[in-house]
Amino acid sequence: MKRSITLQINGKTHTDEVEPRLLLIHYLREVAGLTGPHIGCETSLCGACTVTVDGKAVKSCTMFAVQADGRDVVTIEGLASNGDLHPLQTAFWEEHGAQCGYCTPGMIMASKQLLERIPHPGEEEIRHGVKGNLCRCTGYQHIVNAVKAAAAKMGA
Amino acid sequence: MIAQNFEYETPSTLEEALELLADGAKALAGGMSLIPLMKLRLAVPERVVDLRRVPGLNSIRVAEGQLHIGAMVTHYELESTPLVRRSSPLLAAAAASIGDVQVRNLGTLGGSIAHADPAADYPAALQALEAVIRIAGKGGERAVSAAEFFVDTFTTALEPGELVVEVSVPVEAAGTGVRYEKCEQLASGFALVGVAARVAKKGGKVSMARVGVTGLAGSSYRAKNVEALLEGTTGSAQDVTRAAAAVAEGKEANSDIHASADYRAHLARVYTARALRAALGTAG
Repeated sequence: MKRSITLQINGKTHTDEVEPRLLLIHYLREVAGLTGPHIGCETSLCGACTVTVDGKAVKSCTMFAVQADGRDVVTIEGLASNGDLHPLQTAFWEEHGAQCGYCTPGMIMASKQLLERIPHPGEEEIRHGVKGNLCRCTGYQHIVNAVKAAAAKMGA
Repeated sequence: MIAQNFEYETPSTLEEALELLADGAKALAGGMSLIPLMKLRLAVPERVVDLRRVPGLNSIRVAEGQLHIGAMVTHYELESTPLVRRSSPLLAAAAASIGDVQVRNLGTLGGSIAHADPAADYPAALQALEAVIRIAGKGGERAVSAAEFFVDTFTTALEPGELVVEVSVPVEAAGTGVRYEKCEQLASGFALVGVAARVAKKGGKVSMARVGVTGLAGSSYRAKNVEALLEGTTGSAQDVTRAAAAVAEGKEANSDIHASADYRAHLARVYTARALRAALGTAG
């Protein structure tokens, strides 16, 4: 039986009828039309589907859409404001933190959570903070550099 | 991967939740264990009870020398809440070592222990802390020790329809040294072996030692033989090595693609010694 859910996504209210078994990632991509969060492994391992729910980074492949009812979801599409990229987005661009780009939306959402909790993380803290996000291209060093650069810019 | 269809309930009282659970529904807390199982259709509940609107399961409080933690408190809350870090640094350390930030943001203490993965981190700490687990059912409440609670792989003392509502651990006395050491399976973050140690010294001798082990066998356990070998000694490097050598005795070690039984037993001895040495280093 379908259920009605109402939630905020990137500041906009969405109301939809969904099956309880519909995963949040499928809801975001196929119902809400937001294809920024990617489906990588679909088994809670790779982090490509990371979004924030009430400010907490979560893997949206491991949450049912009905669990997000009444909550505030932010996807990568919600980071830029008035056409200005978020400092993390700029830093990933400038520091070559993205290669194929598949992991990038999740990587940035996890990094955003990290910088909210630890505004000036050391290299180890950054690596720990994105432990739940896999990148198969960069070897992570450019990602770590990007997060450091963003932290410096945001703290300035 | 799509789960089998199910009915989704969000009760707003514990009584209502227990009623649904008594009726055969499956409890959903953070979903970090249940949802992957449902996606693989290893779990196919017809009805799921999301506990997020049930009041009273999120509290963290200290009363009469015990730290009481509601079942829905998340791993992140445990690792980051000053009261927990101060009152039970061992539990906070175990929480901080779980999976990754996304998992710790959603996963809960109650959900994790009710799932009882044999390689989970909490059981080692809860065994060493001699934790008490409060369980509610339609017929009332009861409390069991961690030693009684963890029965076997994915098996606990919970009866059908029962729910973990709270976990209590002692507020650590000043001077008690604690440490959680694990050899992590890198892809999953689960423990190949994890050892939680608590020690206290008095007059130059080890007056109290508690050792909890996860990952080695089908269930977590308290290594009482290690504790007995260490208590009363000065806690020298030699004492620690000799005591730690007994950690896997009498246990049937797990063997899988990641580690053979012999290797796990070896790891258990090494990590027990490491945890004890580190705990002794901070014991006053």
